[in-house]
Amino acid sequence: MEYQAKELFAKHGVTTTLGEVVETADAAKAAAEKIGGVTVIKAQVKAGGRGKAGGVKVAKTADEAHEHASNILGMEIKGLTVNRVLVTPATPPVEEYYFSFLLDRSNRSHLCIASVEGGVEIEEVAKTNPDAVKKISINALEGVTVEKATAIVDEAKFPAELRDQAIEMVQKLWQVYVEEDATLVEVNPLARLEGDKLEALDGKVSLDDNASEVRHEDHAQFEVREAADALESKAKDLGLNYVKLDGQVGIIGNGAGLVMSTLDVVAYAGEDHGGVKPANFLDIGGGANAKVMANGLDVIIHDEQVKSVFVNVFGGITACDEVANGIKGALEILGDEAKKPLVVRLDGNNVEKGRAILEELNHPLVTVVDTMDGAADKAAELANGA
Amino acid sequence: MSIYLNKDSKIIVQGMTGGMGSKHTTLMVEAGSNIVGGVNARKAGTTVELGGKELPVFGSVEEAMKETGADVSVVFVPPAFTKDACIEAVDAGIGLLVVITEGVPVQDTAQVFAYLEGKSTRMIGPNCPGVITPEESLAGITPHTIAGKGPIGLVSKSGTLTYQMMYELRDYGFTTAIGIGGDPIIGTTHIDALKAFEEDPETEAIVMIGEIGGDAEERAAAYIKDNVTKPVVGYVAGFTAPEGKTMGHAGAIVSGSSGTAQAKKEALEAVGVKVGKTPSETAQLMREILESR
Repeated sequence: MEYQAKELFAKHGVTTTLGEVVETADAAKAAAEKIGGVTVIKAQVKAGGRGKAGGVKVAKTADEAHEHASNILGMEIKGLTVNRVLVTPATPPVEEYYFSFLLDRSNRSHLCIASVEGGVEIEEVAKTNPDAVKKISINALEGVTVEKATAIVDEAKFPAELRDQAIEMVQKLWQVYVEEDATLVEVNPLARLEGDKLEALDGKVSLDDNASEVRHEDHAQFEVREAADALESKAKDLGLNYVKLDGQVGIIGNGAGLVMSTLDVVAYAGEDHGGVKPANFLDIGGGANAKVMANGLDVIIHDEQVKSVFVNVFGGITACDEVANGIKGALEILGDEAKKPLVVRLDGNNVEKGRAILEELNHPLVTVVDTMDGAADKAAELANGA
Repeated sequence: MSIYLNKDSKIIVQGMTGGMGSKHTTLMVEAGSNIVGGVNARKAGTTVELGGKELPVFGSVEEAMKETGADVSVVFVPPAFTKDACIEAVDAGIGLLVVITEGVPVQDTAQVFAYLEGKSTRMIGPNCPGVITPEESLAGITPHTIAGKGPIGLVSKSGTLTYQMMYELRDYGFTTAIGIGGDPIIGTTHIDALKAFEEDPETEAIVMIGEIGGDAEERAAAYIKDNVTKPVVGYVAGFTAPEGKTMGHAGAIVSGSSGTAQAKKEALEAVGVKVGKTPSETAQLMREILESR
């Protein structure tokens, strides 16, 4: 979110105005009084287009700040509820620029995008005047030295009177990018204020989860838990790789690719069964033991939308008999809570043993189907009939 | 024939003495791979018995290569140390570097990739199941029991979809199956593998498996159009993935309107690649091609 991006900017010496983050209209009023003069009230959600959605308002007085904040708080922007607003001094820019560093997947390196033609309207500029949007590749080993920063500023044609400030800011933004292990550091707009001052007026930072895990314990603070879905939070606490979707067939599988594929196959099968859809992504990884399986089932059966569950496992390293025992154990752990029908498809390593275990279990909720497509069809049928 | 890996490949394991490393070294030995040792500076000079084989532990990749003639290294070291392990192997001049580790910071991978420029090493991964040339050698974690030797070349971002597809087509078998990994930056791309399969005389047809995120599949499609004469069938996972959510793999994310499964499917079909709706259907398309030979 914007205020978090700005905190990271400030940490690395990038000129910005932090303002105050508040969660109530009264606090917004108090913040506006403290700041004095004209303020801007900005919705804090992880989504673009906040201004267009009515989530950014200028307040001439503290009372107006109160009024705007009470309208914006609780508002939904792109499906996200606004729980906090940022109150900042209104600093009308003389000119707006665009600047970002980002991961360049295609070239397997980093990229700088800069434009002195328009800030927030950058996408429009990219369409109508692509030459004004400069893309400069960065060598991952060399990074952004003072020479590279100078080259970027000159290529983007920053005004001469801002050149030195811009070179310094580009280096500091690169510091944010590298030292925080970001995959995106975007300043939009990068504003030229009265008196030829450059300031990061709004911004966005995306962090690399892998790096946060390995070397940035402090990044945990940036996760806003209440914004996430309740089931997603629960899954996260259980250490599960889960994404909630809008559908009726709960999915458990192993391996990201196979689970994504399972969602697709269920959606196709659903076309013949009243349009039922997959309810979630859940990858239990290689170790499909009883505990992990029980945790996964626990999350999924508490999704009220879910009518049936499809367990799709290919036994690669994991043997199917272990997976079958995992399902058996999970059903024991969950007991009466497991009320939804389970369609299980096992293939691969020790598949016969796995299927035999489930056959012997003879659980009223469990149906074993041999193929992935067949099992998806069965799960969709059960979800539609329920 | 095969690509990248064969029965003569001499393999060392970086991180062989760790949990993942020792488990999978055992499985690689069982698969028939010629594992010649491991690297762990703190345990240099000792030996470890894995899969019934007494394996020496060396202090560095350079030493391991000098003593054993190894030309392949499989990396299992934890993500925080993966970059250093890779750079050490590249400096030692290893021919093939297979990085299994999941969770490597992407800026580390970007640095390793930049470091590879002008060097003789081919990197596969990170976050991948590695390479298997059935009945000859395994450098990675793909179960060697799924399928045997045959005419199909397989390249996939996903591990379990590699296994699934090998299983579906086990009656035909594979020259080599490569999991290139699901991270945003990887060492070997679909295009690299397609080029190698095109040049391999024993590969008669190619299965290419992709997923949402990035534009690797679109680029592969453009490459196929101009450079690949062998039949290719494709599969893309993630049609139902919502925008802006990472689906398990760090690189599997639809950003705005880019990186969608639909766009990838269309790009592949536009150059004559038959794309299956499900893994089974994809296998069926391959079967039809092989039956009409």
